[in-house]
Amino acid sequence: MTAVAEPTGASGATRRPRSGKVTQTRVLNSEWIKFRSLRSSYWSLLVGCTAMTALGLLFSFVITEKWDTMVPGRRATFGAIAVPLRGYYLCQLAVGVLGVMVVTGEYSTGMIRASLSAVPKRLPVLWAKATVFAAAVWLTTTATAFVCFFGGQAFFSTKHIEATLTTPGAVRIIFGTGLYLTVVGLLGVGLGTIIRTTAGAIAALFATLLVLPVLGEVLNFTSWGDKVNPYLPSNAGQALLVEHTEASGQMRPWPGFVLFVAYAVATMAVAAYLLKKRDA
Amino acid sequence: MIEARSLTKRYGAKTAVADLSFTVRPGVVTGFLGPNGAGKSTTMRMILGLDRPTSGTVTVNGADYAAHAAPLHEVGALLEAKAVHTGRSAFNHLLALAATTGIPRSRVDEVIDLVGLRDVARKRAGGFSLGMGQRLGIASALLGDPETLILDEPVNGLDPEGILWIRNLLKQLASEGRTVFVSSHLMSEMALTAEHLIVIGQGRLIADTSVAEFVSRASSGSVKVRSPQAARLRELLAGPDVTVSSSAEGTLQVEGLSSDRIGTVAAENRITLFELAPKEASLEEAFMELTGDAVEYRAPDPAGDRENREDREDREVEVTA
Repeated sequence: MTAVAEPTGASGATRRPRSGKVTQTRVLNSEWIKFRSLRSSYWSLLVGCTAMTALGLLFSFVITEKWDTMVPGRRATFGAIAVPLRGYYLCQLAVGVLGVMVVTGEYSTGMIRASLSAVPKRLPVLWAKATVFAAAVWLTTTATAFVCFFGGQAFFSTKHIEATLTTPGAVRIIFGTGLYLTVVGLLGVGLGTIIRTTAGAIAALFATLLVLPVLGEVLNFTSWGDKVNPYLPSNAGQALLVEHTEASGQMRPWPGFVLFVAYAVATMAVAAYLLKKRDA
Repeated sequence: MIEARSLTKRYGAKTAVADLSFTVRPGVVTGFLGPNGAGKSTTMRMILGLDRPTSGTVTVNGADYAAHAAPLHEVGALLEAKAVHTGRSAFNHLLALAATTGIPRSRVDEVIDLVGLRDVARKRAGGFSLGMGQRLGIASALLGDPETLILDEPVNGLDPEGILWIRNLLKQLASEGRTVFVSSHLMSEMALTAEHLIVIGQGRLIADTSVAEFVSRASSGSVKVRSPQAARLRELLAGPDVTVSSSAEGTLQVEGLSSDRIGTVAAENRITLFELAPKEASLEEAFMELTGDAVEYRAPDPAGDRENREDREDREVEVTA
């Protein structure tokens, strides 16, 4: 018996039976390869998480140092859980930009045409991008939240004002930080898909998250303030991260977060519709 | 096999592709020819389901592109050089595309070797030259060992060696029974590579013909005849479908008769000929003649009269509208 060599064609391939269908799992794998093969993915997450940790520890350190001379009113608003996690406010910038870039980076380079011709049904690409990105952001930011929490308590324990994981609200706020940041990033993915240019999508994202609440402050001078402000996207989402929920003037934590998720889902639905309908 | 039926694409008021029907058959290289802005890229994007036709249909291997379960195995496409994320290496770019249909890593290495990018495969694609970008695009087109290849201006940016390489590659792929559809705005390149031609201008079909036929049609121009007995010859050649003109003493331009026929007539009547020359239009000339009215972007003619200038202005308004 002699082995017969398979003929090799001009494409360099031995003609083999083809069974390679496009599946959601395979697209997920493809998007994971894309995500991990860009330096910007690592840089954005590293910068975001480092800034979050640094800021949280700085706040914790300063408060610990000033605790003995702090007036009682100040002490009453202090939250041993929320203060070390305040750095999420910086981290959301990095995560939001990365979420936008996951999509707009493909449009600006033309890569999107390669991606969509490989997966002509298109929507699997969006779902896979969102899933890979969400998983990466959730894991890294939740881990960072734990680091911030325990780092902060190390300062506070010198003044015996520390919280533990069993303190009411601790688990909610630590996990809430990772969840909030993940949804911020997904809003970025959605807006990136809708707007398709990096600058435009980043502007839209931060206008929604950062500018709307400031504009909303004007309404506080009218009777509309309480009817509108708590329901703005970032205010609703950040309700999950409030330690003293009674007097916050915000929504209850979980209903607030659910509303924030609903905004993200609505954005993603529009993104999916437009991705499917528009010319690439 | 690619089949377009009444394919039309409008962007607002501007029609990029108008009622285009053609069939691209397997086994030969089919050139897709037209001036810049003729609608070649738009047509190719519609074949790949990236742009939705305003009306009409186009199928690849018998079905809508998007209906194929494993599109990379059906169609390999090079749409534009460097449709690649600039921050990603060539290897990872191909690996990510391959992953969508479960093409193994070994095949990624195969196509990298095939296009000669081994040395730079791990470098970021952002630093690639246009020629390297083209090679990477061709690698991604070949990834799924597809039945049909669609390549938009593949020789752009390639050096002479690269052009020769791609010419042979395309012919070889076609000889294996694949459908190979290659666009270009260079007639001379297509004449060397393609066997069949689909020519469009301003989104409309101008010609759907074999290269050989196109060449012969291009050469079926006039015949230049020089003779001391030009006046006598002119009388003898006169006929219903023949036009004879004279630009200089003793010289005739004959249209409607072959040089063979003219030579025979002259010999039978013992007329001396100094010159008998069929005027061969070059391929580029023939192409320009065909598409002359269909060129969208034209450099201003310095000698252009006022009327022409107004015409151009109208055109520009259309383009920007």
